[in-house]
Amino acid sequence: MVVINIPEPTVTVAPLDVDTRMAALRKMLEIRLTEERIQEMFLANLIRGTTHLCIGQEGVSTGVASVLRKGDTVTCTYRGHGHALALGMSVQAMIAEMMGKTSGCCHGKGGSMHMTDASIGLLGANAIVGAQLPIAVGAALTAKMKNTGAISVTFFGDAATNIGAFHESLNLASVWKLPVIFICENNRYGEYSPQHWTTPVENLSVRAAAYNMPGVTVDGQDMETVHAEFKVAAERARSGEGPTFLEMKTYRYLGHSRTDTGPYRPPGELDAWKERDPILLLKAKMIADGQLDEVEFAELRDATERYIAEVVEWARQEPYPTEADLLTDIFYEG
Amino acid sequence: MPELTYREAVRNALADEMRADENVILMGEDVGAAGGVFKTTPGLQAEFGPERVRDTPISEEAFIGAALGAAITGMRPVAELMFADFIPVAMDQIVNQIAKHRYMSGGQFIVPITIRSAQGGGVGFGTQHSQTAENWLLNTPGLKVVLPGTPVDAYGLLRAAIRENNPVIVLEHKGLYNLKGEVPEDTGVLELGKARVMREGRHVTVVGAQLMVHRALEAAEALAKDGIDVEVIDLRTLAPLDTATILASIKKTGRLVIAEEAPHTSSWGGDLASLAADEGIYYLDAPVKRVNMGRAMFAYSEPLESLAIPSVTRITEAIRETAYAQ
Ligand SMILES: Cc1ncc(C[n+]2csc(CCOP(=O)(O)OP(=O)(O)O)c2C)c(N)n1
Ligand SMILES: [Mg+2]
Repeated sequence: MVVINIPEPTVTVAPLDVDTRMAALRKMLEIRLTEERIQEMFLANLIRGTTHLCIGQEGVSTGVASVLRKGDTVTCTYRGHGHALALGMSVQAMIAEMMGKTSGCCHGKGGSMHMTDASIGLLGANAIVGAQLPIAVGAALTAKMKNTGAISVTFFGDAATNIGAFHESLNLASVWKLPVIFICENNRYGEYSPQHWTTPVENLSVRAAAYNMPGVTVDGQDMETVHAEFKVAAERARSGEGPTFLEMKTYRYLGHSRTDTGPYRPPGELDAWKERDPILLLKAKMIADGQLDEVEFAELRDATERYIAEVVEWARQEPYPTEADLLTDIFYEG
Repeated sequence: MPELTYREAVRNALADEMRADENVILMGEDVGAAGGVFKTTPGLQAEFGPERVRDTPISEEAFIGAALGAAITGMRPVAELMFADFIPVAMDQIVNQIAKHRYMSGGQFIVPITIRSAQGGGVGFGTQHSQTAENWLLNTPGLKVVLPGTPVDAYGLLRAAIRENNPVIVLEHKGLYNLKGEVPEDTGVLELGKARVMREGRHVTVVGAQLMVHRALEAAEALAKDGIDVEVIDLRTLAPLDTATILASIKKTGRLVIAEEAPHTSSWGGDLASLAADEGIYYLDAPVKRVNMGRAMFAYSEPLESLAIPSVTRITEAIRETAYAQ
């Protein structure tokens, strides 16, 4: 049986104000176009190793980031470029990092899978499935003990809900009533295995019940829905009521990583999901509400593309780390 | 506090650091109300409250990872992994996360975490509750590894670990918890990465940690009667390793015995032999001798466990052989 399962807009959410919408649209375009460029650079051998793109999933990171405040913290996965840009990482810091340059966010010591920037609350992007969840639980413990009012957010995939760290983290966060929000980006696949081969439940949000916390399945393609559902969870966390598990139904348009073309997808599935593209959905709403027209959208798109191209040219000229950097940052020496 | 048990020394170090810095928190299984399985934390929850002394679910991966998340956001967590044999359960967080967090971020964070755990055999806990864990960890850059062998070191090195702005794994030896020793009032915070010469001698250097040091000291006493003058070095910290003290001792004695409560392969004893070969070869008058557990496991049955772990007799014989080797 082929399950395509595209979320229908189940809830009607209040429209966000025009500035928030415009900021989200710009951000989603920045993520989309940066990643398109990253894929080209990878295929042209300008980026080493591997890279995991979130094209198609931009509504989730952007919707969540639109609620976060300064002081909140995030951990995420190797598929983390969208989260980093949504939180405010510069395209420069990201592209330079991808290219292993000193001016990258981690001075070239992280790479595509480890976009990290303490100054925007991005504590780390993890290449070990599920490992970022316990770390987010710890950040929430600090927020609670120091009474900062901050919340901790962690992003992970559908397949990550089968690893022990997921279950241990939800349990620990619940018994300690911590201000952490678990965000599952359910893009229907692990690497190449569809969810129903590996996971005996359809809506992953049901797993929250075992840990006595709210679990909600959300249309992750609509940035405004993501914003609204996340806001509820954030308010709950900030007021001391504990963690929430949000399952965002979404889809990645490209392969899992590198050159994967996605031969495992049932015919028609990708096209069906593209009908509910997060950028096009927001764009359509804004046009319908008289906040944007096609010409403005095209201009925005072109300007973003030009900007990213300039950044790539800049990053190519940036220096690589040298032998002097080989043994630094292993220990704090002070 | 003149004379304390090793166990009391651990507890006092925790209490003193918690008094000194409110960011120091403890977490682990049954560390709170119960005072810990090895009774190293009694009374701490009563003094510092359940927020700072936290009983965790049996979720080694989650609470060790949570210690990391807390550390990089401003706390100074001390996490207890009840038995060192449970370290592999949290190995991803220790090896892939804690050890690498600062490095992979290009130095954006300090990672002030202390993980305490009870290791070592000789007390009949069987194969899954007796192992020594240091060699599992030493292959990972980014971790400091401390093995206190006496009450004074259990106190002063644990305080140092908690003050360190890097991850430190403190492996306590469960066979030593009842050991009594002087802990002078002014011990304070000792320095990590320094070995201690426990007994000076001219003829043979024996290097070890924890139980092996105590057995080597007994062996040295016995051999003194035969005119063999043994120097015993307690490494105390395995990462970073105090190579200067070891090399200075080999230079003096020309003979090296390495005693380890661990299997022979891929253990720090091999590293010391390689250190002697690389930097001490011209000092050596005899082959380097390693005394360890060979291929044996920590066993339940008393005779088997005694055969597996280097005994005073085996260490004595190894020293004697090395002393007379031409
Ligand atoms: C512990 C662990 N096991 C396996 C892998 C290899 N791996 C990387 S991503 C991935 C699939 C994860 O799928 P999901 O959690 O749904 O996240 P997505 O990639 O779809 O965002 C696997 C198996 C890994 N990195 N870590
Ligand atoms: Mg997935």
